[in-house]
Amino acid sequence: MTARPAAAGRKAVAGIPAGLGGAQLLELYYFMRLTRSLEERLTNLYRQGKVIGGLFRSLGQEADSVGSAYALDRSAGDVLSPLIRNLGSLLVMGARPVDVLRQYMAKATSPTRGRELNVHFGDLAMGFIGQISHLGDMLPVMAGVTLTFQLRGERRVGLVYVGDGAMSTGAFHEGMNLAAVRRLPLVVIAENNGYSYSTTLERQTAVSQLVLKAKAYGVQGERADGNDVLAVYEVTRRAVDRARAGAGVTLVELVTFRRKGHAEHDDQHYVPKAELARWEQNDPIDRFVRQLSDHGWADAGELGAVDARVAGELDAAVRAAEQEPPPEAASALEGVYVEPPRQPAPMHREVARA
Amino acid sequence: MPEVTYLEALRQGLQEEMRRDERVFILGEDVGRYGGAFKVTEGFFEEFGESRVIDTPISEAAIVGAAAGAAHLGMRPVAEMQFIDFISCAYDMLTNYVATARYRANLACPIVVRGPCGGYVRGGPFHSQNPEAAFLHTPGLKIVCPATARDAKGLIKAAIRDDDPVLYFEHKYLYRRIKEKLPDDGDLVTPIGLARLAREGTHLSIITYSAMVWKALEAAEVLEKEDGLHVEVLDLRTLLPMDDAAILETVKKTNRVMIVHEDTRTGGVAGEITARINESAFEWLDAPVLRVTAADTPLPYAPTLEDYVLPQTADIVAVARKLAGY
Repeated sequence: MTARPAAAGRKAVAGIPAGLGGAQLLELYYFMRLTRSLEERLTNLYRQGKVIGGLFRSLGQEADSVGSAYALDRSAGDVLSPLIRNLGSLLVMGARPVDVLRQYMAKATSPTRGRELNVHFGDLAMGFIGQISHLGDMLPVMAGVTLTFQLRGERRVGLVYVGDGAMSTGAFHEGMNLAAVRRLPLVVIAENNGYSYSTTLERQTAVSQLVLKAKAYGVQGERADGNDVLAVYEVTRRAVDRARAGAGVTLVELVTFRRKGHAEHDDQHYVPKAELARWEQNDPIDRFVRQLSDHGWADAGELGAVDARVAGELDAAVRAAEQEPPPEAASALEGVYVEPPRQPAPMHREVARA
Repeated sequence: MPEVTYLEALRQGLQEEMRRDERVFILGEDVGRYGGAFKVTEGFFEEFGESRVIDTPISEAAIVGAAAGAAHLGMRPVAEMQFIDFISCAYDMLTNYVATARYRANLACPIVVRGPCGGYVRGGPFHSQNPEAAFLHTPGLKIVCPATARDAKGLIKAAIRDDDPVLYFEHKYLYRRIKEKLPDDGDLVTPIGLARLAREGTHLSIITYSAMVWKALEAAEVLEKEDGLHVEVLDLRTLLPMDDAAILETVKKTNRVMIVHEDTRTGGVAGEITARINESAFEWLDAPVLRVTAADTPLPYAPTLEDYVLPQTADIVAVARKLAGY
């Protein structure tokens, strides 16, 4: 069950920031815990050789994904486009863990029928569009999505994630500029997690903060602690509200850290040990748990119940996904076009069979 | 029936589709109030308003990417490349994002990307290109290259109605040089994927498309008069998907085939057509498949240079004679 209770917690509870309610705090905790636990299950499956391709962790970045996606209004038809480390965003939008497992394990039942990897999948009905590996490309695409909202006079908002690396691409610049010029209802989340693969921020850009780039595009810029889920929610919510009100694009820089290698194969030897240790002390889930208990917003029993629920859901999802078959080989030829054109001449496989 | 140029026919097709379907909109550089560099969208801003004829920054990747995003949500965007040479700036977006959308993500991406291609206009290396071969290699795209005013109109309408992404390459040399009487009432749609027999013949076949259809027809006249050869000319109209049945039919009929295209030689469309003929009709051939193409150079500016590099009618005549002599 990943559906969000209908705005139950929009009623502010005294002392809780950002106008959130107690039920919503528990939900934020649920999605962060679900993200981390699902990735831990995937790590086990990866080690067993059941994950076919690479595994991309978002350890330490769960607050940034969950808090930002949570600021969108799914009932209004808001749409986001994630990056490889935004599993949490997909779960908030309604993606099912079993589908993520199917993707990683290349099952016939996976959302892309075995054609694409990992979290490269989308579901427009749920409000997310899958990314491709070419960083920055989703900026122009989401400019087109939000241009459509604008042309139709719909009060819907788009949100797109880029990283410190993606912001160096030409596609990012073109999409950002187009969105800015047309004041499109788009929120651009710039995740500053310190490294793009092995390259540090200093070698990626000459600005000290990614948010400084907002000025060059003539859009609003905000910067927040990406490991504080409530701060992330708050800053994104402001940007979403502005976009919905017609005030255009906001570039939000979320400062966080990638605590695993680029993918599971990467031992991250290029990251100083002290830096890793420092960020381990700044774990977004630990921080949120402390906040919840220090303020008395949730007790250990409530959090334990969420943990149990997550474990149960994942047990069932892994059991289901593991048993499913791979796609039929010949289905690889389907779906390139609406109506398949005839092949020019028999493929070599057909010749061999004949 | 009024007589319209190739350019006017294209404009009519766009206009009719925009009137018929409010999901259709145009985006590109200087397409709005200015009406486009070649005036293809002249009057559109006034008729349809700025929300359906959108001027963009100089950003081909963003134009194509935004068209894709809009198409996912049910719109029918037509993206203009001011010159088709600039489509290379959107190559990533087209080949990686757009062409794969249906296959990898079951995402509809019914966009049209159109723009003026071709030489013979002294445009130099960056305003004369023919980029079809670069995209022929990309499953998921469709490519159309109208040669006549009728098909300029019929194919743009078909492209807009198609549920898959279509690249529409209009030849700028033809814009105002050819005219045709077209019905202005009916629904003139040229089906994508079907070739057209531009001239019937029995001795040899010229398979071609776009502006080269006219040079092939000129050459056929010369060959008829001077050599008594009856030359068949097949206008492919669509390159992707290719009309294999029509190609096979003309091969079986004349047994001698040459391919003519304005694009450069190596890795060009002619190579693909030749391979298909080899695979499916080798035993029907009385001679090797020959080709007439541009030389493998960037396209130069000076008239003496451009004329030397691009295929001319005399080249087609000479190669046809060689083919007939086998």
